[in-house]
Amino acid sequence: MLWGVVQFPGSCDERDALHACELSGEARLIWHEERDLGGIDAVVVPGGFSYGDYLRAGAIARFSPAMEAVTEFAAAGGPVLGICNGFQVLCETGLLPGALLVNEGLRFACRQVELLVERFSPPAGGKSFNLAGEPLSIPAKHGEGRYWAPEEMLDALEANGQVAFRYAPGQNPNGSARDIAGVRNEAGNVLGLMPHPEHAVDAMTGSTDGLQIFDAVAGARV
Amino acid sequence: MAKARVLIRPKEGILDPQGKAVERALPALGFEGIEHVRVGRMVELEADDPATLPELCEKLLANPLIEDFEIESIDGA
Repeated sequence: MLWGVVQFPGSCDERDALHACELSGEARLIWHEERDLGGIDAVVVPGGFSYGDYLRAGAIARFSPAMEAVTEFAAAGGPVLGICNGFQVLCETGLLPGALLVNEGLRFACRQVELLVERFSPPAGGKSFNLAGEPLSIPAKHGEGRYWAPEEMLDALEANGQVAFRYAPGQNPNGSARDIAGVRNEAGNVLGLMPHPEHAVDAMTGSTDGLQIFDAVAGARV
Repeated sequence: MAKARVLIRPKEGILDPQGKAVERALPALGFEGIEHVRVGRMVELEADDPATLPELCEKLLANPLIEDFEIESIDGA
């Protein structure tokens, strides 16, 4: 199992993501100018402030050679996990539906949140993330994490089972529509969430629930 | 080169907390009767071919899901 962790100028969580990946295989960084994902089984687009988050979070990262390669990788069914800024990048790239807006309260949110895991049945023949149903305790830290999509798109996401995670009642830190913390694409092989599973892989930091998300992504490889 | 100005704003109906914060600050400064403040972005640029600007706005300068944009020519202004 070889993980690839994309690194943009301005990424800051790629080291923790590498560490989390190395608990279930080998991992290497993919520099943003790199276009060759040969041998990589799963991709993580990590958190941070890619290209300074200029214009909009994730807007410029979308045009990097590495993201072109990740788009092809995802189209071929490869599992992709976007965390925080990585989630924003995947939404800007069009690999995931919706957008992430400035937190409703305008404050940077930094706290442990409880995530409810939604049930999902992958399309016939499709790979997907097999996540347990227990709530996960994962830290969130972001200023632009308010998930938003038009009402009819939200209805479609719920009908298709594309809502992957919701903040537990009363824990929505940013005003996200319908408490949505993470979504997947229709095929089920691209997953994005605002909270940080890579910061919850060691008992020293209070929770190891993040491992379940990395295990699920590893289990979805082609 | 044609000079242009692109105005980008959050779509109607999308909560704009920055606009709300500005609006709430105004009465304390003595400015009464200001409503519906919306904060967006403005980009000035020069283009060889202004016909490319709409596509450029859709792909990069604005996110059409959440933002509206307007392109203004500022030649000879």
